[in-house]
Amino acid sequence: MSLIVNTITKSFTNFAALHEVSFEARPREFIALLGPSGSGKTTLLRLLAGLDTPDSGSITFEGEDFLRLNARDRRIGMVFQSYALFRHMTVADNIAFGLNVRAAKERPSKAEIKAKVESLLDLVQLQDFGKRYPSQLSGGQRQRVALARALAISPRLLLLDEPFGALDALVRKDLRRWLRRIHDETGVTTVFVTHDQEEALDLADRVVVLKDGEIEQIGEPLELYRQPKTAFVFDFLGHANQAQGMLSGGSAQFDGFSVPAVSSAADGQITARFRPFESHVSKTGPGFPGKVLSILPAGSNLRLEVGLSDGIVYETQHAHDSEAATLRIGDDVVVLPTKVYAFG
Amino acid sequence: MRSRPAETPKTVAGFGLTASAILWMDLIIVLPLAVVLTEAFKGGLAPYLAALDDPDTIAAIQLTLLVAAISVPLNAVFGIGSAWCITRFEFKGKGLLLTILDLPFTISPVICGLVWILLFGTQGWFGGWLRDHDVKIVFALPGMVLATVLVTLPFVARELIPLMTDQGTDEEVAAVTLGARGWDVFFRVTLPNIKWALLYGVLLCTARAMGEFGAVSVVSGHIRGLTNTLPLQIEILYNQYETIAAFACASILTGLAIVTLILKTVLEWRFAGELAAHRRH
Ligand SMILES: Nc1ncnc2c1ncn2[C@@H]1O[C@H](COP(=O)(O)OP(=O)(O)OP(=O)(O)O)[C@@H](O)[C@H]1O
Ligand SMILES: [Mg+2]
Repeated sequence: MSLIVNTITKSFTNFAALHEVSFEARPREFIALLGPSGSGKTTLLRLLAGLDTPDSGSITFEGEDFLRLNARDRRIGMVFQSYALFRHMTVADNIAFGLNVRAAKERPSKAEIKAKVESLLDLVQLQDFGKRYPSQLSGGQRQRVALARALAISPRLLLLDEPFGALDALVRKDLRRWLRRIHDETGVTTVFVTHDQEEALDLADRVVVLKDGEIEQIGEPLELYRQPKTAFVFDFLGHANQAQGMLSGGSAQFDGFSVPAVSSAADGQITARFRPFESHVSKTGPGFPGKVLSILPAGSNLRLEVGLSDGIVYETQHAHDSEAATLRIGDDVVVLPTKVYAFG
Repeated sequence: MRSRPAETPKTVAGFGLTASAILWMDLIIVLPLAVVLTEAFKGGLAPYLAALDDPDTIAAIQLTLLVAAISVPLNAVFGIGSAWCITRFEFKGKGLLLTILDLPFTISPVICGLVWILLFGTQGWFGGWLRDHDVKIVFALPGMVLATVLVTLPFVARELIPLMTDQGTDEEVAAVTLGARGWDVFFRVTLPNIKWALLYGVLLCTARAMGEFGAVSVVSGHIRGLTNTLPLQIEILYNQYETIAAFACASILTGLAIVTLILKTVLEWRFAGELAAHRRH
C-alpha cells in the first residue's frame, strides 16, 4: 500500500468533522472521495496535506509516518477549487515556484528548471501561455496551470479538491478525461475530492463515499453502482425511485406482482428502491399504475416521468426504440421495476 | 475602488448641490492653500529663502524627517504583522484588537501624547526609574517617536486588512505545499500581493507623521532647535509674529501634502487596476 489512512478523527469545537475514517490507496491508484457538501472531504484532504492535524488516528505513506512531517516536507501536489495561482507571477514562474524555493543545494539549475517548465507546459497543452498572468487565462486554463505547478515538484501524492467545481459542464468533462490521461502518464497516486458522483465514477479506480464525516462504502465504480451497501450510497449515485413493499425470500411483493430484490434487509416491510433504467413501462400488465407526465430525450435514452395516483412521481429511462417511444403525455401506463434494492 | 461613472447633475437641485459642494471645498481647502503660498511669498523669493535658512528651522525640518523615518518603518512592520495575525488566524479577542487598532483614529492626539507623559514623565509611573538610570524619553526624541507611532498606528494595518481578507490564504497554503518556508512564503507570495496597498498605507502614515501636531506638542517640551518639529516650529514663529517665516515653513508642509496627494492618486489609480484584475479571478 502506498497511502494508509487509519481511524482518523477530527473535531472542530465539539463538532466531529471526521469520525474514524480509514482507507488505503495503492501505488498509482486514482481514488475519489465522494460525498455531499459538509461531509468532511476538504477536512480529510487538508489532513493528508499536513495543513491540519487530526485528533487521533494515523496517516502513513510508503511506510513513513506522515503526521510527523509538516506540509512543506511531504512533497504533495495540491490543486484547489479556487486555483490559488500566484497572481503576480507569470504562468511559467507559477510552475517553477516549487523548484525555485528549494534550498540552494537541492535546487535544479536555471536551465533545468526552464526545461522542466517547458515540458510541463507541453503536458498541460499550454505551450504558448508561459508569459501570461493568471488573470489572462480562462478557468480551465488556470486549473491546468495549477496542475502543472503541482506536478513540477514531482509529488509523491497528488491531492485535488473539487478542481473542476467552478467550471461549466463541457469543460469539466474535457478536463476529466485529460486529468485521467495525465494520471496514467505520470503514475502519481491521486486523491480527488468531488461531490459529483458522475465525475467520481468516471475518473476513479476506487471511490470512497463519505457521509457526515464517516465512510459509507469503498469500492470500484461498478461495484458501488451494482452493490451499494446503504440506501445513502444508492440514492447518492443516481436517481432512485422508492416504493413500499414486503420482502420475502429474495423477492419484493407489491400490489399484485413481485420483483427480484437485491437486499441486505430482513424479510418484512421494506422501502424498495429502483433505478430509472431498471424498469419497464407499458400500457397493460402488472406494475404501478400511473399517467405519463413528460417524455424527454436524455442522451441515448428517453426519460419518462410517470405520476402515480398518490402523488409520487417515478422517473424511468428507456431505449428510443422501446415501447416507451410510442407513448404520449397523459397516457395511462404501468411501471414495472425489473430489479429492486432494499437496505437493512 | 473603481466605481460606475457618476452622472452629471441634471436637475436644478442636483446642480445647486454640486455647485455648493464645490464652492465649499474651494473655501475650506483651496483658499487656505492659496493663503499659505501668498503669505509665504509676500516679500518675494529672497525673504522666503532667508526665513528657511534659520538654524532652528533647519533643525526642525531634520527632526521631522528623523521622527518620520523612525516611526513609519515601525508602523509598517507593526501594520503588516497585525494584519497578518488578524486575517490569517482565528483567535479570541480579535474584535477587541480591531477596536484597539482604531483607537488612535478616535481619541484626541493630545491624549496620545499625554499617555507617554503619564508613563515616562518625571511624575509618571516609570519616571523615577528612568531618572535614576538617566534615560530621557519625554521631551526628547524617543517620546516624540512614541507619540507619532501611536497616532499613526492604524494607517498601514487598516489599509492591509481588507485586502488580505479579500485575497484569502489559498496562495500561501499553495506555496507551503510546494515546499516554501515561512520567509519564502512572505517575500515571494504575501508581500508582492499586498505591495501597492502597503505603499499606500505607508504614504498616508508618512504624511500624518510629518504633519502631527497635538501629540508631539505634548511630549516635545518645545526646546528650540532640539525638540521642535516643523508643525511646532510654525506655531512658535507665528506666535512671534514672524509671519513670512511661519508661512514659509507651512509651505514646506503644504508641498509635502501635495506630493503625497499626487503619489496617492497615482497609487489609487494603479491599485484600483490591480484590484479589478484580482476580482476577475
Ligand atoms: N475550520 C473549521 N472550523 C469549524 N468547522 C469547520 C472548519 N472546517 C470545516 N468545518 C466543518 O466541518 C464539516 C466538514 O467540512 P468540509 O469542508 O470538510 O466539507 P466538504 O465535504 O469539503 O464540503 P464541500 O463539498 O461543501 O466543500 C462542515 O460541517 C464544516 O462546517
Ligand atoms: Mg470542500
